[in-house]
Amino acid sequence: MDGIGARLKRVEDAPLLRGEGRFLADLNRPGQLHMRVVRAAMAHGVLRGVDAEAARALPGVHAVWTGADVAEVPPISFRMMGLTHLDPYRQPILAQDRVRYVGEPVAVVFAEDPYVAEDAEELVFAEIEPLPPILSALEEPRDFDARHGTEAVVLRKGYGDVEAAFAAAAHVIELELACGRHSGVPMETRGALAFVDEGGVLRMLGAAKVPHHNRLALARMLGLEPERIHLHEGHVGGGFGIRGELYPEDALACLAALRLGRPVKWVEDRREHLLAANHSRQQTHRIRAAVDERGFVLGVDNVFFHDQGGYVRTHAVTVPDLAAAMLPGPYVWPAYRVAGHVRLTSKTPGGTYRAPGRYESSFVRETLMDEIARRLGKDPVEIRRVNLIPREAMPFDRRMDTLGTPLLYDSGDYHLLLDKALAHFRWDELQAGLAGRRAAGEMVGAGMGFFVEKSGLGPFDDVRITLDGQGNALLVTGAASIGQGVETSLAQVLAEVLGVEAARVRVVHGQTDAISRGMGAFATRVTVMTGNAIHIAGTKLRARLLAQAAKLLQRPEAALEARGGMIRAADGSGAEASIGTVVAAILAETGEEGLTEEGSFEAHHMSYPYGIHMAVARVDAGTRGVVIERLMAAFDVGRAVNPMLVEGQIAGGLAQGLGGAILEEFTYDAAGQPLAVTLADYAMPTASEVPPPEILLTEDAPSGIGFLGLKGAGEGGTTAVGAAIANAVSAATGRVVTALPITPGRVHRLIG
Amino acid sequence: MTKREVRFTVNGEARAVLVEPRRTLGDTLREDCGLTGTHLGCEHGVCGACTVMVDGQPVRSCLMFGVQAEGAEIRTVEGLAAADGTLNPLQRAFWENHGLQCGYCTPGFLMLATWLLERGEPFGEEEMRHVLSSNLCRCTGYQGILDSVRQAARELGQWTESAPG
Repeated sequence: MDGIGARLKRVEDAPLLRGEGRFLADLNRPGQLHMRVVRAAMAHGVLRGVDAEAARALPGVHAVWTGADVAEVPPISFRMMGLTHLDPYRQPILAQDRVRYVGEPVAVVFAEDPYVAEDAEELVFAEIEPLPPILSALEEPRDFDARHGTEAVVLRKGYGDVEAAFAAAAHVIELELACGRHSGVPMETRGALAFVDEGGVLRMLGAAKVPHHNRLALARMLGLEPERIHLHEGHVGGGFGIRGELYPEDALACLAALRLGRPVKWVEDRREHLLAANHSRQQTHRIRAAVDERGFVLGVDNVFFHDQGGYVRTHAVTVPDLAAAMLPGPYVWPAYRVAGHVRLTSKTPGGTYRAPGRYESSFVRETLMDEIARRLGKDPVEIRRVNLIPREAMPFDRRMDTLGTPLLYDSGDYHLLLDKALAHFRWDELQAGLAGRRAAGEMVGAGMGFFVEKSGLGPFDDVRITLDGQGNALLVTGAASIGQGVETSLAQVLAEVLGVEAARVRVVHGQTDAISRGMGAFATRVTVMTGNAIHIAGTKLRARLLAQAAKLLQRPEAALEARGGMIRAADGSGAEASIGTVVAAILAETGEEGLTEEGSFEAHHMSYPYGIHMAVARVDAGTRGVVIERLMAAFDVGRAVNPMLVEGQIAGGLAQGLGGAILEEFTYDAAGQPLAVTLADYAMPTASEVPPPEILLTEDAPSGIGFLGLKGAGEGGTTAVGAAIANAVSAATGRVVTALPITPGRVHRLIG
Repeated sequence: MTKREVRFTVNGEARAVLVEPRRTLGDTLREDCGLTGTHLGCEHGVCGACTVMVDGQPVRSCLMFGVQAEGAEIRTVEGLAAADGTLNPLQRAFWENHGLQCGYCTPGFLMLATWLLERGEPFGEEEMRHVLSSNLCRCTGYQGILDSVRQAARELGQWTESAPG
């Protein structure tokens, strides 16, 4: 069948396999101009002026704008409201009097041809008087401007009596741990195509992730009534958190389409992408744990420094907030106190990247748990068992908030998953084998990382479903697709609820003129939120279908079932009617063109899937490189809509987690010049570095939120991979890994 | 800049286009031939998303100029399926093995794997992994891609069992 639980092949695939995708760069409008952004070449300085005369004089150049031309456009705001204390740190769409990172837009060129636009870009000269760059969030804060410091905010959270915990401790364990600077780096760079249509409506193609929000934000920035602007999502070449946020280039393209009266197309190149799209992850934590004789953690005190880069962007402080709140993860930890220092530096500004805040904090937490085991001479598995939240304590109130919702774990059996994961990975047998290999001189070891994820961020999702007389369904949602298989999984949920064939469901997403509001695709929310909205609308449609079918088939409604596009009598009599026929009969009575119902699902709590990563890592004695021999994710997803797609999400997440653990890092020289500006410098995993993923998918803890038991699977492949690999390398070398990624240079310093 | 006429075939069809000498083959195919199935991922020769076949060899079309393709036989992703859209065994294997998610890197992997499948020398796990590590994918973690190419190779008689790589 094709409902929930089916490993259905994706409806998205065939056009993509034939080369018929419609990605942003594939789209054109007659008369379009090509936009090219001129970017700052210095990390920090006073912008004295921009000379664009030579560029303007180049044949084929239509216009060049500098900061003065867009000075009245407000800087880009945060998605969460009420954060006015962070307003001074927002980014203008073109630098006004300061530049704060290499890559910051200082001017923009519009030309008839993209090659000419690049020629013109090289003729623009920005005069920058250099200031000393800030290269680490550990440096003492300085002046951001005359009235504000570079420490934008200190986030404080906690619960319980931390002082009492340390007073009662048998052991105090302290660590300083640092996570490197990474980003999602989707294979398609960003882009936009903005134009004013015949009706005077500004339209921007190339939207993703949060089209409805960005529509309103752009309307505010450009002084437009919201009905005068619409955003549209086409094929999207990967998101991972960074794509679809509102960036300066989106506003510049839209503004140019309005001012210049011609369509404006912008396609980012890869170097720009690595300089301009959100970075993520870079934090340093100083953590202390109070532990009793058994290894039970009585309390944790943590101070961390979040390297935000040059500005505070659309996410505001989402990443450090999640890191602070979700650091305790699956453990009881009766007392906890955290202070997160969010500091501006002279680097590309930061935002979210798959498992934001949790990749970093899982590395910190799980390294701490292994270190507790080492210090107490106990088995790391046993230390985790002692500290895990027991099933009987669910739902578990973490006594903290994040993203404006209380952190309330809805369901989970952490001990059960630990047992299953150990058996699946053959952990005990493995340990004996690894000890033998180490005795023979190899540097090889195994490590694990336990984590709690989150999914289904509210507050709402709406759908509108219309059935026609041929049995087709049109499902319109305010959610978005970033290439993860949204169309297939939502069709499967509708097939389950309504009995319509999944292959006959057409899903419309990411179009702000198709549905009035929508939250988009982020925070692993779509399957949970949109899925439950489909359940609501689908249940209403099902009731109407069964009532009509009861008349047609002369059976009571209770004796009918809807499956595979048919409504059948359950008595085996063979009485049946296609859903199309039943819909046609209803439409004949109502005179309408389609049978439509809407569903709106609201949730004020997230659901919390959880998992364990395990890894076997070997250090090459010659190169000091880390080789990952095995990598496993055990993950409880509540209920999988399409296990094939869930496994695909996890396999992809594992590879990204591996990249952050041993390969990927944005580094800078002493002048703040970025050293990773090509895909040769920013090394992402290839098929050679990623071992066959081992995936254990369980459904032991369905969510109590909503109707379907669903939790999300978008991020759990990544969350604790860095932690597991770090613990494996620590086991391999006998030294505690204190920084990610574990590059050959870091290994060399670790083992000498 | 002065444009030059270049003649080549793409997927068996003769083409003559006027391009600047500095125009990449990738841009020539996409903008001058309307074949947007070939994707540009980095334009500096690392990611392989723009891989096409030129005279039987896999080539990164961002590292070759259009004018260098004079007289060449070029194949792109648009030439893989049958005229009626029926997927070929490799494309079908990608569909059945969840070998793609966002689909942006897919044309490059398909063309690279097409070369491997057509070169007339069976390959095994280690060589497949080595060759496919030429290209980058950010969504799948590669397992689905490897499964897909392995299945196609078996179906086409190009697979040889060897020690896992």
